[in-house]
Amino acid sequence: MNILFALLRKEFKQIIRNKAILRVIFILPAVQLLILPFAADYEIKNINVGIIDHDHSGYSQEIVQKVEYSNYFKLTGYSNSYSEALTWIEDKSVDLVIEIPYNFESNLVKENAADVLVSVNAVDGTKGSIGAAYIGNIIQEVNNEIRGEWTVFPRFNPQARIQITHSKWYNRTSDYQVFMVPGVLAMLLTIVGAFLASLNIVKEGEVGTIEQINVSPIRKHEFILGKLIPFWIFGLIILAIGLLISYVVHGIVPGNNIWVLFVFAAVYLLAVLGFGLLVSNFTETQQQAMIISFFFMLIFVLLSGLFTPVESMPRWAQILAAINPVTYLVDVMRMVLLKEAQLADILPHIYTISLEGVVLNTLAVVSYQDVRYVV
Amino acid sequence: MNSISVKDVGKYYGRKNETVALDKISLEVSAGSIFGLIGPDGAGKTSLFRILTTLLLPDAGEASVQGFDVVKDYKEIRKIVGYMPGKFSLYQDLSVRENLHFFATLFKTTIEANYELIRDIYSQLEPFNNRRAGALSGGMKQKLALCCALVHKPEVLFLDEPTTGVDAVSRKEFWAMLKRLKQQGITIFVSTPYMDEATMCDRIALIQGGKIMSINTPYGLLEEYSSPLWGVRADNMYQTYLDVLQYPAVSQCHTFGAYHHVRLREGAAAEGLESYLQTKGHSEIEIKIISPTVEDRFIDLMQTENKYLI
Repeated sequence: MNILFALLRKEFKQIIRNKAILRVIFILPAVQLLILPFAADYEIKNINVGIIDHDHSGYSQEIVQKVEYSNYFKLTGYSNSYSEALTWIEDKSVDLVIEIPYNFESNLVKENAADVLVSVNAVDGTKGSIGAAYIGNIIQEVNNEIRGEWTVFPRFNPQARIQITHSKWYNRTSDYQVFMVPGVLAMLLTIVGAFLASLNIVKEGEVGTIEQINVSPIRKHEFILGKLIPFWIFGLIILAIGLLISYVVHGIVPGNNIWVLFVFAAVYLLAVLGFGLLVSNFTETQQQAMIISFFFMLIFVLLSGLFTPVESMPRWAQILAAINPVTYLVDVMRMVLLKEAQLADILPHIYTISLEGVVLNTLAVVSYQDVRYVV
Repeated sequence: MNSISVKDVGKYYGRKNETVALDKISLEVSAGSIFGLIGPDGAGKTSLFRILTTLLLPDAGEASVQGFDVVKDYKEIRKIVGYMPGKFSLYQDLSVRENLHFFATLFKTTIEANYELIRDIYSQLEPFNNRRAGALSGGMKQKLALCCALVHKPEVLFLDEPTTGVDAVSRKEFWAMLKRLKQQGITIFVSTPYMDEATMCDRIALIQGGKIMSINTPYGLLEEYSSPLWGVRADNMYQTYLDVLQYPAVSQCHTFGAYHHVRLREGAAAEGLESYLQTKGHSEIEIKIISPTVEDRFIDLMQTENKYLI
């Protein structure tokens, strides 16, 4: 116990004296939480639109006006030729082109149907598909209005019309920040757990201090605990700081059951610390540890459902996401922060992460023996 | 009583064990003595140190420290040995006192409990108590490392090239400290690439290419010489060296400071060499018998071991 205490004291002293690590621990979360949720925003605005109106009729003007006054579009050019408009798409000054053909209005009146061409630049897939959907909505709206003008109200509606309205739960205004902030917090926690601890352990070997430690009667578990406990504590501190920032800056009010989040984070950190330990066992320099951690980090984050929903991934990716610890943290973060989930709600997550923690730490301890301790 | 005993220990590296670090070596170190392991870089010194300090497993043979087997009883050995690796391996971001305190605690003791043992060395460090170890000078780092290796009052002290990269004055001081530690009954196993330090040890082993060439007292090692060693000098030293090598009765000639160290074949006389050099046109010729150093003996042994090396 005395030895563990000495190790912990030494470790805290070293961390506190290392300005770079200290910055990573305290400034990185602040910066990420201040910048990322605003930048990583899926709401598509400012879609540049080019219009070719061959018809110049009342109805075509109505479409053009609706597009112009919607928040999503910016009218950047009018043209009379489709081929000219296409060059705008090619030089990226325009994201989509609407072409309204001759006799659009008269076709609509006479034949009850008319065509509008929407050409979308699909290089930026998200922007393209969302833009096309918005345009579709606008044209639909114009269409409905025109039909409304024509309709001489019958005594009863000959065609049943189903209208869909919706209300959003947990995130009423569909604010993307509310959705992103818990995810970014999850990423931060993982960085501290998996990155910093493994770097710290590898450093002992790289600098050579492990030699002196190994020749002492120190026990293996004491050394490992001495390494893991400080970063476990720092992880929880970061979570607290992060929650504070998301409250102050993003207005995300944690509910009364915020402690549930800390319970989960405590278990989660044990699992990722085990992963960090595993990485450190198979690397000899901090550089190697850094590159390997970075590689896994990228996979963890992309497969976690932080940016794209796990449900829309292919089957194999869903399996990977199911063993990815970050998936569970992102999920729990959103459950607790947005839905005010109770401990009982996240128990399955806790069980899974505990299991992963046991597996990762067992692997780490076993391989630690093989690699470091030659006896 | 033997403090360290090494029997047929072998260590091989590489996928097919093709690199021989230690080639079945045996040696014994009696308790309370200074034993020097002397050899050039790559001779296998560090491998032997790491085996004896339980950081490396031997591939063959067995070794024990204070009666404890290095493989089976490694935990016991770690309690009673002090190890100072060749590379400075204390925490550079901790202060002098913090380092010392940390290593004392690891061995479940305190600085105060063994203060007597380290007082000599630590008193020189105390003015820098709060300085980070990384900011110390080379000599001070080495003293701190020695303190940390001693703070738990080890029975055996392993020092792997403690004086490499240390200035001449600090080296002298360091050996004086080792002498005092020996008086406290600590067995000291030390390695060095410097042949001149060999005379400070009670016994030395000359090691080369993983093989021990000779184990003896420093004095006894020089006694092993059968034929006398001649020191030769003349006006043009380099030309003299080339000419001496040409003389049929010369078996060895090495440049060595002010004199060339020359050995003659059995029965040859030095007078013959002198007249030979005169005929070659050298002046101010001086030939005298000199007492050999450990380095002479080392080169001598190395040449008998492997004629191709030189």
